[in-house]
Amino acid sequence: MRRLVTALTLLLFLALPSSALTASPGILAWGGDTEGGAPYMFQDPRDLERLIGYEVEIVEALAEKMGLKPRFVQNGWDNLIPGLERHLYDVSIDGLEITPEHQDVVDFSMPYYVTHLQIGVRRDNFDIGSLEDCRGRIVGTLKQSYSQYVLETVGDVDIRTYEDEVNAYSDLVNGRLEATLFDAPIALYYGGPMREIKFVGPEIGRIEYGIAVRKGEEELLRTVNRALTELRDSGELRSILERWNLWNSLTARALQDYGPARTEPVMYTRWVADLQPELTWQDRINRYLSFLPTLGRAALTTMKVSLASMTLAIALGLILALLRVFGPKPLSTLSMLYVEIIRGTPVLIQLFFIFYGLPNVGIRLDPFTAGALGLGLNYAAYEAEIYRAGLLSVPKGQMEAALGLGMTRNQALHHVVVPQAVRLVLPPVTNDFISLLKDSSLVSVITLVDLTKAYGQLATTYYDYFGTGLVVAAIYLLLGLPFVRLARWTEAKMALALGLPGKGKKRPSGLDLRLF
Amino acid sequence: MAEVAISIRNVSKSFGSLRVLKEISFDIPKSQVFAFIGPSGAGKSTLVRALNGLEGIDAGEILVEGVSVHDRRTDINRLRTNIGFVSQSFNLYPHLDVLGNVTLAPVHVKRQGQEEARERALAILGSLGLADKARSFPQQLSGGQQQRVAIARAMAMDPHMILFDEPTSALDPELIKEVLDAIRQLASTGMTMVVVTHEMSFAREICERIVFMNQGSVLEITPPQEFFSNPKTERAREFLGKILHH
Ligand SMILES: Nc1ncnc2c1ncn2[C@@H]1O[C@H](COP(=O)(O)OP(=O)(O)O)[C@@H](O)[C@H]1O
Ligand SMILES: [Mg+2]
Repeated sequence: MRRLVTALTLLLFLALPSSALTASPGILAWGGDTEGGAPYMFQDPRDLERLIGYEVEIVEALAEKMGLKPRFVQNGWDNLIPGLERHLYDVSIDGLEITPEHQDVVDFSMPYYVTHLQIGVRRDNFDIGSLEDCRGRIVGTLKQSYSQYVLETVGDVDIRTYEDEVNAYSDLVNGRLEATLFDAPIALYYGGPMREIKFVGPEIGRIEYGIAVRKGEEELLRTVNRALTELRDSGELRSILERWNLWNSLTARALQDYGPARTEPVMYTRWVADLQPELTWQDRINRYLSFLPTLGRAALTTMKVSLASMTLAIALGLILALLRVFGPKPLSTLSMLYVEIIRGTPVLIQLFFIFYGLPNVGIRLDPFTAGALGLGLNYAAYEAEIYRAGLLSVPKGQMEAALGLGMTRNQALHHVVVPQAVRLVLPPVTNDFISLLKDSSLVSVITLVDLTKAYGQLATTYYDYFGTGLVVAAIYLLLGLPFVRLARWTEAKMALALGLPGKGKKRPSGLDLRLF
Repeated sequence: MAEVAISIRNVSKSFGSLRVLKEISFDIPKSQVFAFIGPSGAGKSTLVRALNGLEGIDAGEILVEGVSVHDRRTDINRLRTNIGFVSQSFNLYPHLDVLGNVTLAPVHVKRQGQEEARERALAILGSLGLADKARSFPQQLSGGQQQRVAIARAMAMDPHMILFDEPTSALDPELIKEVLDAIRQLASTGMTMVVVTHEMSFAREICERIVFMNQGSVLEITPPQEFFSNPKTERAREFLGKILHH
């Protein structure tokens, strides 16, 4: 399926030596991405707490055959392989393609499913019937996917890449695209139910899905293969694929099973039925209400990560700024270097480095700690610059007045300069918190399910990016609102407390303006 | 001969190539008031700030109660607790109210208890006519009130001497008197004081000696009556001529 592992994760991954960590006994921990969507794995629209999909059914049957209890571990699709190497789970199954690039870093079981790419066009289009016909046309596909690679080899195709298949198919319907090229299962589930779309042309390419296992774990690989063989021989594997309407000739050939169909495609029928576009307002509201537990949990994660990292950023930022402005030369230089290096590199890489890179040197952090630490260390650099400006804008006479009374430099900083600097920077620091709240969505790359991740999961589950988007945006606004107000309030308050020109000319006498 | 509070010996200082203090030497006896006067740029501020070590010196030595101010081995913070300093720009702490401004150093430097520091602060504020301003914030006060708080803040440390650097020059004319009254009151308690000022009649009234400075040098150290009636140097005559008749 979909995206090839990005250069970044591959790079990080190659740097990682395998380190032994025994799995929990009796458990088969498996990694996948619920945002992957139908038919692979997704939240059941009829019960959001349940994970369904043909891959889920396969892994459950597999675990049973192995005598193990399956335990699902969420991770972003791009990071499934690094997560495997980081021992977040024992195996990964989520439409992982058996490609030479992947085989360099992990071992694969025998293929459990074989599929191909599928061209889709509007029903009224009779010009495009093959890959070659795509020359000179506008064709949509998934970003960094095998199909993008295939389109590039055709040449002269105007390729539009998408993060999400849903958007590509709606663009095909509304005329922004002339054709789409997707993995057949995606085409079937997202393009198939649309009356305006038809599939044309032959089966293109060959895509084999396998179960990924860490290199060197031969015993596990053997057991997985043995279990898969049993599933094939008993017909269970075929029955799962048929339930999801995925059985095809390529798979039949690969599994050496040419018998007639035996099972009704009940799960596909159910999927199509659940896509019913004519929802009443009441239905819609009920659906969004049913999101609330999921979104509530995700919002809590977003809030917890943001608060933890902001606390770290505020404290570390102050220390960095003090060292920079008042510290001895070597420390001042170090502080400057820290700020420049952190600000000069993408926070995404810093997060990856902390979560997937540090285990390399024996530092294994849980996702929450890694996320809070990564964002906190990053924002500390920005807060340090704000503090520095604040420290520099406290008049020199303040330090002198304190020194003149016999205070030490540290006492003067502690009691006179820093309190004023902190008050000065409160408004910009509070504003930063609001951007941190949004940047915290990056933690989804290290397996945390925050608001943005939950949005992706719910939107793919219900095929509803618009309404879900509005709901999630509203939640972000609600979370940020107290801080927007706090920023305004501190701004007004600071203007008053430091005698700065501010709005509102009232000077309530007798009011204690001390905040600390 | 009276006990010496401050002894300035051969002090020189330059800012880059600009010689700001040129081999200055004189003593200030205990309980006396010395007024530094002279044209702008003469080096008055630099000298007065050197007395408590806020400004370094290049050569010479300054002894305060026998302790060398610029000696590395001197505990400068401890020495400064004995030397009050009030500057032209008040520099009150804007984030603290008047009481907080006055008690901060006693509490953290002298380790006085909050309560004790508070009571003493209120007494000093009362003596300066600021009893009702204890809970105000600096920016709620007039310039004259702010400067009197700065004086109270210095007094709260029980210093043996106080240095004033143009304490009234940032004030509107109608606010000058209240600050001068406060300084006058301090002088009457026998406090050793150095006052850099352009208020000639005030200087004449309260000080024991006028120190007249010009271009980094001390040209005269004379009792005020003599200085104002019969200045010894041509430069002082010129200066007085400008300042008194314009
Ligand atoms: N930090 C400094 N750097 C460079 N030159 C300075 C500095 N402070 C004062 N000066 C110069 O030293 C001279 C004496 O200044 P100052 O002591 O402030 O004089 P006064 O207080 O008598 O007006 C002036 O020429 C002034 O410009
Ligand atoms: Mg001056």
